[in-house]
Amino acid sequence: MNKKLRKSLVSRHWVAHLILIVWIGVLVFPVYVAIIGSTHDAATIGRGLMPLVPGGHFLSNYVAAWKGGVGGRVVATPARVMMFNSLVMALGIAVGKIVVSLLSAYAIVYFRFPLRNFIFWLILITLMLPLEVRITPTYAVASSLGLVNTFAGLILPLTVSATGTLFFRQAFRTIPRELLDAAKIDGAGPLRCLLSVVLPLVRPNIAALFVILFIYGWNQYLWPLLMTTHKQMETVVIGIVKMLGGPEALVDWNVVMANAVLAMMVPVTVVILMQRWLVRGLVDTDK
Amino acid sequence: MTDRPVFANRLLPYLLVAPQLLLIAMFFLWPSAQAIYQALLRTDPFGLRTQFVGLENFRSLVSDPHFMDAARLTILFSLIVVVASLAIGLLLAVMANKPLMGARVYKTLLLWPYALAPAMAAVLWLFLFQPQIGIIARALAGLGVRWNFVLDGKQALMLVIGASVWQRVGYNFIFFLAGLQAIPRSLVEAAMVDGASSRRVFWSIVFPLLSPTTFFLIIMNTVFAFVDTFGVIDALTKGGPARATQTLIYRIYTDGVVYYNVTRAAVQSVILLALVVLFTALQFKYIERRVHYE
Repeated sequence: MNKKLRKSLVSRHWVAHLILIVWIGVLVFPVYVAIIGSTHDAATIGRGLMPLVPGGHFLSNYVAAWKGGVGGRVVATPARVMMFNSLVMALGIAVGKIVVSLLSAYAIVYFRFPLRNFIFWLILITLMLPLEVRITPTYAVASSLGLVNTFAGLILPLTVSATGTLFFRQAFRTIPRELLDAAKIDGAGPLRCLLSVVLPLVRPNIAALFVILFIYGWNQYLWPLLMTTHKQMETVVIGIVKMLGGPEALVDWNVVMANAVLAMMVPVTVVILMQRWLVRGLVDTDK
Repeated sequence: MTDRPVFANRLLPYLLVAPQLLLIAMFFLWPSAQAIYQALLRTDPFGLRTQFVGLENFRSLVSDPHFMDAARLTILFSLIVVVASLAIGLLLAVMANKPLMGARVYKTLLLWPYALAPAMAAVLWLFLFQPQIGIIARALAGLGVRWNFVLDGKQALMLVIGASVWQRVGYNFIFFLAGLQAIPRSLVEAAMVDGASSRRVFWSIVFPLLSPTTFFLIIMNTVFAFVDTFGVIDALTKGGPARATQTLIYRIYTDGVVYYNVTRAAVQSVILLALVVLFTALQFKYIERRVHYE
């Protein structure tokens, strides 16, 4: 890139660069401080003396967080247990939503049956009432089914997915019909067509949806809050907030921050690694 | 799709939609019906007798000042969160859409907060603003500001708004950038050749073309502000101090889950839902007027 071009790319839009960099700083600063906080000891932080550079307690804090809250004032579930719970929940929700909505979309797009439009409409209206608005009765139903403190309870009620169905419906409609007709001539039935023709073609869509749903599942808050009363079932987001105990409580910030960094690492890594799929998936579901 | 179905099976489609329908019936239809039904009942304190009271519950709620405070707070809070996160997201997208060096890196660095739960964003902000140990809190104290959001309701509200917007901007940025990139360069260039200033070009051409994206984001952000901010409030203030950050969703949680007053929770849920719809519709109208005027 020659000098003149580079100069124009930078200096002509210096305002743009400035604004972007300032905001990126605003985004990064809290995370940076959290990481710093996870490398100091509780006493330094508690006395309000924490500096902006790392301290020497990185290893001891993270080990304490991973193995179980051994900080003086924090009796918490071990991070490894909480991360495991979050992982199972996130994977379960992502996979569950994908499978359920894939099958529904397949039926709606490729078959004609009575009640087809009604069923599609029914799936659509679930978009209008998010879980939080019907939280008490949904909890009552889940509880009466014995789903409290189970992974099934964490996953199943969140597996209803109108967005997934819409997403796959859109994707299926872009598949040229000739491909399916050709497969049918070769004697393939609907399930065969699904497995050998349709699925391979929508694999990028599945990847995109997976990223979105995994993040969605990992970050669930209100539902796991209700569904988990045993410490062993806590997900990592819930566990960390419980460690805080409210704005006035005395807390071992170093261990809390270590937990927080561990908790953030997973979804952030997923987003960064699969960024291209994520953006594609988000923008496609918009249509 | 053409009229001829691809497959002729009769039973199979029902089997394929069955899992989704079963889940919808169990965890959506039945609880939703119950929520609406409960909103129209009154149970006596022992839960022994229930009485259909129609809209009486709604009327008594409207005369409850705490509820009205929560409703007003929710509207104010949501308005600020939606407008701020949309405006900042749009600004960043416009900046990032210019031919810049390192554009791809910027994109990654701007969208990663999408990965954070709102509650996690709140935890990070708490660590910064906690009156005794937070770095920014100490800096503010050093500047003479009396910072204690545990006691000051206005500060608590600012904090909750800040954390929510901070987390949300990345999502809007992604969509606005995609929307901007879908606008043909030639349109913009033609307008500029005609001598229009870049501000005029933006509001007369770009913004109207962006309106589908804007409408979509208005809906998503409104739902977020009304509902998903629960995690932020629970982590930072738990609705306090003295109900200063108790939005409707937090009240629904407190009434329904903590106090197990299902009726009150159900009634407020219905009102919350109505507010979301109303709020979204009003924003549509406002943007639409703006677009046509220009």
